[in-house]
Amino acid sequence: MRSTKLILSAFAVSAMMTATASATTFVYCSEGSPEGFDPALYTAGTTFDASSKNVYNRLVEFEPGTTNIIPGLAESWSVSDDGLEYTFNLRDGVKFHTTGYFTPTRDMNADDVVYTFKRQLDKTHPWHEYTAGSAWEYFDGMSMPDLLKDVVKVNDNTVKFVLNRPEAPMIANLGMDFASIMSKEYADQLAASGSMEDMNQKPIGTGPFKFQDYQKDAVIRYEAHEPFWRGKAAIDNLIFAITPDASVRHQRLLAGECHFNSYPNPADLDAIRADANLKLPEQEGLNVGYLAYNTKVAPFDNPKVRKALNMAIDKQGILDAVFQGAGKAAKNPIPPTIWSYNENIEDDAFDPAAAKQMLADEGVSDLNMKIWAMPVQRPYNPNARRMAELLQADFKEVGVDVEIVSYEWGEYLKRSKEEDRDGAVLLGWTGDNGDPDNFLAVLLGCDGVGGSNRAQWCNEEFEALIQKAKVVSDPAERTALYEQAQEVFKREAPWATIAHSVVHKAMRNNVEGFVIDPFGGHSFYGVDLKQ
Amino acid sequence: MFYYLLRRFGLLIPTFFGVTIASFAFIRLLPGDPVLLMAGERGLTPERHAELLKKFGYDRPIWEQYLDYFFGLFQGDLGNSLITKKPVLEEFFTLFPATIELSLCAIIFAMILGITAGIVAAVKRGSWFDQGVMGTALVGYSMPIFWWGLLLIILFSGILKWTPVSGRISLIYFFPPVTGFMLIDSLLSGQKGAFSSAVSHLILPTIVLGTIPLAVIARQTRSAMLEVLGEDYVRTARAKGLSPRRVVGIHALRNALIPVVTTIGLQVGVLLTGAILTETIFSWPGIGKWMLDSIFRRDYPSVQGGLLLIGLFVMIVNLIVDLLYGLVNPKIRHT
Repeated sequence: MRSTKLILSAFAVSAMMTATASATTFVYCSEGSPEGFDPALYTAGTTFDASSKNVYNRLVEFEPGTTNIIPGLAESWSVSDDGLEYTFNLRDGVKFHTTGYFTPTRDMNADDVVYTFKRQLDKTHPWHEYTAGSAWEYFDGMSMPDLLKDVVKVNDNTVKFVLNRPEAPMIANLGMDFASIMSKEYADQLAASGSMEDMNQKPIGTGPFKFQDYQKDAVIRYEAHEPFWRGKAAIDNLIFAITPDASVRHQRLLAGECHFNSYPNPADLDAIRADANLKLPEQEGLNVGYLAYNTKVAPFDNPKVRKALNMAIDKQGILDAVFQGAGKAAKNPIPPTIWSYNENIEDDAFDPAAAKQMLADEGVSDLNMKIWAMPVQRPYNPNARRMAELLQADFKEVGVDVEIVSYEWGEYLKRSKEEDRDGAVLLGWTGDNGDPDNFLAVLLGCDGVGGSNRAQWCNEEFEALIQKAKVVSDPAERTALYEQAQEVFKREAPWATIAHSVVHKAMRNNVEGFVIDPFGGHSFYGVDLKQ
Repeated sequence: MFYYLLRRFGLLIPTFFGVTIASFAFIRLLPGDPVLLMAGERGLTPERHAELLKKFGYDRPIWEQYLDYFFGLFQGDLGNSLITKKPVLEEFFTLFPATIELSLCAIIFAMILGITAGIVAAVKRGSWFDQGVMGTALVGYSMPIFWWGLLLIILFSGILKWTPVSGRISLIYFFPPVTGFMLIDSLLSGQKGAFSSAVSHLILPTIVLGTIPLAVIARQTRSAMLEVLGEDYVRTARAKGLSPRRVVGIHALRNALIPVVTTIGLQVGVLLTGAILTETIFSWPGIGKWMLDSIFRRDYPSVQGGLLLIGLFVMIVNLIVDLLYGLVNPKIRHT
């Protein structure tokens, strides 16, 4: 009897998940705890899942499953001829959440938009430092303080963004999580009651789900926002069951304790595919893993030497051993999910004999080099040490001796920026806003030398193309420019592009309507449970 | 007894100073800059880096930072987490009851089984039971917690479907925490089935966390019992015709328990270490997992505050053990 009770108790949750006659509850086994609920303060995807992706909206949003911009809280927008003013027309009748701790008295309007951006931009704004040690990491990281001159309310339904210089990726920036629109009315209520910190603990947004409760490191509960402007979500209750260990998330999914496992273990993928109760959609992630040569140090200042080394790399071997099937060979510095990805470019053939000959032709013999292996796991490189060992073996085949070095992560990031760095660095990048500029200018632009441009590569032709693409607003013209830039990149080979990760999402078979987000987020609007 | 107590309490003061220095220095001795780690691959300009270091006060001389931290302690201010921005004290005490609840269950489980098995093994020395208990204890002591936890989950939750996989209570129960102890809160909630759900969620983590202490206590009890059972006064008790139960249970056990009590006290540190892995496997929202995350992210205030509070807790438990030791063995309090 006792064990029967235990069984009943243990599987009560399964009963809850199927008892959908009155309310549908969706349980998401998430991989970690949110740092807070104000997305502008953070940069982690786990935090965005719990806040911006489900609780908030932005002026513009990304079409589900793509990096294309679509209208969000702004119905339409226009750009001035000089590219310095962006005017947004706001949507009518958008309701903020009504909860136990806040009841809005008005709809979303321009005051909310101005408040959202001014608190990040204006150092004298009363909300600029509303919580201890707050820093607007993403806003600053995207150089918004340099770019944005002012945000002005034109009228209740119109807002104008004034820029210091023309910047085409501006619109994509406004689709990012830090640009989630907050309630000014709620902020005023918190300021009046002296509990400003609650902005980061008890969120109020316009999104499909409203916050209900958070038990730290255990469970987050949301319920559907009835008057959501795109229409009420199909699921009534959304629960994040925080489960840090991937193997345990897999067991919970198997046991029916959750419907969705955010990041399955590569080792469990075959078992998930074989299970009739589960499904496993996949998509390339918005990232790239690369080996950056130091193009300022001989012989790596010679593009032919770099090209020869690239030809010595057995990418398939790396995909098999390091990514275990969860990766795709990279030929361009941007992932295929980004618009302007140049399909026509041919990857360097894996040909050690030709590579050896090329090195000999360039007078390179008895070459010793260092390869830096990251000390951490990243989606674009799940095991940098192993990858470095494989590269070491590949380069040995063409007569190049490799010494593998590594540093503590913070130190690694810092030292790898140095212009006289000894060795090639394994690193990667995950896109922020789906704009090619976010990869090409940040990682390969001349401004990034001594910083995020780990190849220390500054090529005039490439730079001219990406600078031009930054200021023209015609998407077709920008696409053509970025395609050309990728050709220059391939010819000059400042990096060996290694792989893009392939993202897998494991879920119960009855989950319908989930679309994989190229940015890696988890939004559950549109998801339903089949009866 | 008074001087014994005075001496014990007096020892707490230098230990407390030591713990403040150790907890402050530990995280700073690890390589890694919290500001650089926050920025990740995106990086930040040297100006912004300097600005953030200044904002968090990490640009100041180390001794100034320590003094700030030290004097803050007397006002109950352990600083705010760099990650969540919340006060460290609040974060700690939100999570601490979960760890205590699990650790208490684990130590009770380990004591009951460990002492019983140790006594029986000692009384039946050399028997198959003795060999079996000691062999199992050795295996239990060597068991990697992570592997053991997953094994139990796969067997009892996955295959047999007897227990839930992880968490503290089934997700259908939703009530605000009152004490933070799920067993108590589930009873207070009055929701039908909540208590049994909380108990069922405790079974596997208790076994996993209690396994190493169980092995240690069983071995310690056995060896202490064997020593005592060979003493003259035990032989005298037997010669007087006392029943074996009385000889073992009253005369031998009382003396054998002295080293066992010390061992149990020492296991508190082991439990808190084991809690890091156990909490990660069972999605148990306690301080173990929280500390681990804080260390990886170089969240200085959380790590130094957490270590200090854990250090204080271990000190208090050891003080209680010392006092108990004095009660069990009168010789101690007079030396």
